[in-house]
Amino acid sequence: MTRTYSDVVADPYEAPPLSFTDKDDRTIEVRAYEGTDEELESLVDMYESFDPSDRAQGIPPGREDRIRDWLDNILDDDCLNVVAWDGDDVAGHATLVPDGDAYELAIFVHQTYQRAGIGTRLIKALLGHGRVSGVEKVWLTVERWNRAAVNLYQNVGFETSDAESFELEMTIRLSEPDE
Amino acid sequence: MKVLLGIGGSDDSIRALEKTVERTANADDDLTIAIVENPSVERSRDDIESKVSEVLSGLGIDATVRHLEGDPGSSLVDFAEDEGFDQLVLGGGETSPMGKIQIGSIAEFVLLNSHVTVTLVR
Repeated sequence: MTRTYSDVVADPYEAPPLSFTDKDDRTIEVRAYEGTDEELESLVDMYESFDPSDRAQGIPPGREDRIRDWLDNILDDDCLNVVAWDGDDVAGHATLVPDGDAYELAIFVHQTYQRAGIGTRLIKALLGHGRVSGVEKVWLTVERWNRAAVNLYQNVGFETSDAESFELEMTIRLSEPDE
Repeated sequence: MKVLLGIGGSDDSIRALEKTVERTANADDDLTIAIVENPSVERSRDDIESKVSEVLSGLGIDATVRHLEGDPGSSLVDFAEDEGFDQLVLGGGETSPMGKIQIGSIAEFVLLNSHVTVTLVR
C-alpha cells in the first residue's frame, strides 16, 4: 500500500527509560520491553482486565488465549515496545510493528490510568525509542469518532494521510530517508 | 436459504469462499457465487474461478457461478436484491501487521447500502 509521509522530520522525543508524576500523583516509569516473563505476565494481566468498550478494530482481543497469541506477535524481536509501569502494574503499552519499510503503531492505556496524561508521555517515549532504533516512518489507523485519540496523535506530530475509508490513517516521519 | 457470496479475489474473500462452501455443505443452502472486479487485487479472474471450482469440488458442492461487471459493491447489492437472495456474504476484512481489522471498500459499501442481510466472514 502506498502511504504519504511528511517530508519534514518530527520533533525528536526523549527515549525511555524515563519517569514522571501523572495527574493523579502516581509515579509512572516508562521502559522499553525487554522480554522477561514478569513483563509478559503483567501485560497479560493488564489486557485481561481491559475494558472491551475501549477495543479498537478488534484489538486488544478479549480472551486470554487470544491475548497471548496477539502479544506473541507484537512482542516479537523485530517489534519495538514500551511499557508504562505503576510499580509492578502495567498502566499502558505502546508498540511499533514492522510493515515493509515502515512501522504500524498502536497504544493502549488501561482504564484505571486514563485521563492522567500517561498516553501522551507513553507515545512520545515510543517515538523516541523508535527514532534511536532507526525507525524512519510510522503509520496508524484510528476510528474517526475517537477524538481523544486523534487529538493525541496530532499533538505528537502525526498528520492525516488518508481520510477516505472507515478509519482515519495517519503518518509521521521520525528520520530522514537512509539517514 | 438462498445465499449469495461475493468475492473479488482478496485473501479475506478466499477465506469467505472456503467457510461459506463448508457451511453450504452443512446447512443445505442454495449457493450462488458472484465474482466481482476488485481493482486492488492482483489475482486474475481465471485464478479466482479455478480457486472457486477447486473449493466446490473439494466438498462436492454445486453452486451457480456468475461474473458481475462494473462497480463491485453496487453490482452485488443490485444482484442480491433483484434475484431475491436471503443473505449476502462477504470477506470480513484483512488484518494489519498489528492485528487490527480493516474492512474493505466493497464491504463498506455493501454494509451501508444493502437491504439484504449481510454476513461478514471472520
